Amino acid sequence: MDPILLATQALNGLQLGVMLFLMAAGMTLVFGIMGLINLAHGSLYMAGAYAMAATFGATGSFLAGLGAALAAVAVLGAAMEYAVLRRLYARDHLDQVLATFGFILVFNELARMIWGPAALFLTVPAALSHTVEILPGAPYPAYRLAVIGAGIAVAIALYLLIARTRLGMLIRAGASNRTMVSALGVDIGRLYTLVFALGAALAGLAGAMAGPVLSVEPGMGEPVLILTLVVIVVGGIGSIRGAFVAALLIGFIDTIGRAFLPALLRDLLAPSAANAVGPALASMLIYLTMAVVLAIRPQGLFAARTG
Amino acid sequence: MVRLLSWAALLAAAALLPFAADLAGQGYYVGFATRILVFAIAAMALDLVLGYGGLVSLGHAAYLGIGAYAVGIWTSHGVTAAPVHWATAIAAGGLFALLTGLVALRTAGVAFIMITLAFAQMLFFLAVSLKGYGGDDGLTLWDTARLGPLDLGDDRTLYWVALAWLVLLLLLGRRLVGARFGLVLLGARANERRMRAMGLEVGRHRLLAYVLSGMATSIAGCLLAHTTDFVSPAYMNWQVSGELVVMVILGGIGTLYGAIVGAAALLLLEELLAGLTQHWRLILGAILIAMAILPRRGLATLLAAIRGRS
Repeated sequence: MDPILLATQALNGLQLGVMLFLMAAGMTLVFGIMGLINLAHGSLYMAGAYAMAATFGATGSFLAGLGAALAAVAVLGAAMEYAVLRRLYARDHLDQVLATFGFILVFNELARMIWGPAALFLTVPAALSHTVEILPGAPYPAYRLAVIGAGIAVAIALYLLIARTRLGMLIRAGASNRTMVSALGVDIGRLYTLVFALGAALAGLAGAMAGPVLSVEPGMGEPVLILTLVVIVVGGIGSIRGAFVAALLIGFIDTIGRAFLPALLRDLLAPSAANAVGPALASMLIYLTMAVVLAIRPQGLFAARTG
Repeated sequence: MVRLLSWAALLAAAALLPFAADLAGQGYYVGFATRILVFAIAAMALDLVLGYGGLVSLGHAAYLGIGAYAVGIWTSHGVTAAPVHWATAIAAGGLFALLTGLVALRTAGVAFIMITLAFAQMLFFLAVSLKGYGGDDGLTLWDTARLGPLDLGDDRTLYWVALAWLVLLLLLGRRLVGARFGLVLLGARANERRMRAMGLEVGRHRLLAYVLSGMATSIAGCLLAHTTDFVSPAYMNWQVSGELVVMVILGGIGTLYGAIVGAAALLLLEELLAGLTQHWRLILGAILIAMAILPRRGLATLLAAIRGRS
């Protein structure tokens, strides 16, 4: 295998993995702590991308876009939680599926009404529009490296927040026993709103950073949502560490599979068969991975104690 | 006796619908009614696992796709015999349900929701990559399916065939849930440990329910392809799975005929809203959110309450 191509694809896999972690961490946090399955998590990602597109487009400042996306999506998430979702914690998952499915329809249609059905394209910020030579003769876009760096930084910050701070302690305690935490005089309702807003902000950040790489369009959250679900299930529902490991695993498998599997099959099979099977197998690879993991460990790689 | 007569009257009314549509000069509604029957079959099949088994499958659109592609692939090779399409769909749907069910049923709750969703997505991507059968763009069927002397390209014939399938599957389903099998499913939903303690193989019953449900939904997929003369990966889109779940909830879970009411209600609602505004999904979404928050009463439970009172 060509080492330059391999290195490039490995970085692409890492970038996808980091983005998936931002999505999965927020979703698994909300699920692990509140027992809420939020199918509209992908819509928050979309909201982040649109907030970035609107602000970046208006001001020309990427950082302003990032800040606006984080703030807007956190507020949006808190509002969703406060107005609707808090009524559903005690209900069964079916009600949660119903309500959050409704949110997806609402958000997609709102995006279509405000920004139109066509995709918006964002440019990479000027300061990061160059390439970096990762290996001799292997240029790699600086923006993607920045995304990887930012994602890893957020992962570390999230770990410190949960493992080292008072808020994190309350979050962990709330996940184990919400009645007890509430009895200790903690306003559990406000804590939940805060956790939901945090999860939303992570999704919004992922969307905002994905904006310049992908196209921003209504419904862009759903493919990411499905990948996020795969990550969460593989990692173990409710486990942040599981989400991290699984996100990187899925990111690598998906990227490397798409890049090399068709070529590999061409060596093994007749060209016509390889051309037919290769892309199909590559796009199914992560689902096959999930099936294998679950067949061996139904609770996922790192099963959380709660949830 | 009154009950039997009212069922017979309902069935007769349903059977006569194409004539009524013709009299009213609204031939379009025959196709629309067939669509309702198709989704009623799928929603009813989903209710077997969701309502009775307590297992929320968010991947049932996969079986619609399996059925549709069974029709599409056979037709593109010149095989237009509907029984062949149906048999293939039942076999393929049952096999896929068996394989995925074996993995998915090792989990429960939210993990089950996500796994069924992921398996359906896997099939979606498989269909997208089937370049020989239309890939992303889907496959237009140039030949209509035939059932003996009947041409399923005729709207009314297809409507009656779909109605016959719905009635047949409803009767089979009622037999099934009324029998010991249904009781075990319900018992396991209420208290799985107790059922196991009684020596009942909960897992095997659930797997069987899942496989039967997959087979019945695959039939709906065949009929969907017959209706639209078009096969596309979009039939397997996860939003379709979501809509099936909504239909079941809307009609009231755990009552097979509730799913039929729910399918009709959702499709009529979509049709109505789409006539009002192009942004109808906004209203539909808001309705779904409201339904989830309000103390739930499916349409079927509502109907039962009214009937109970009268």
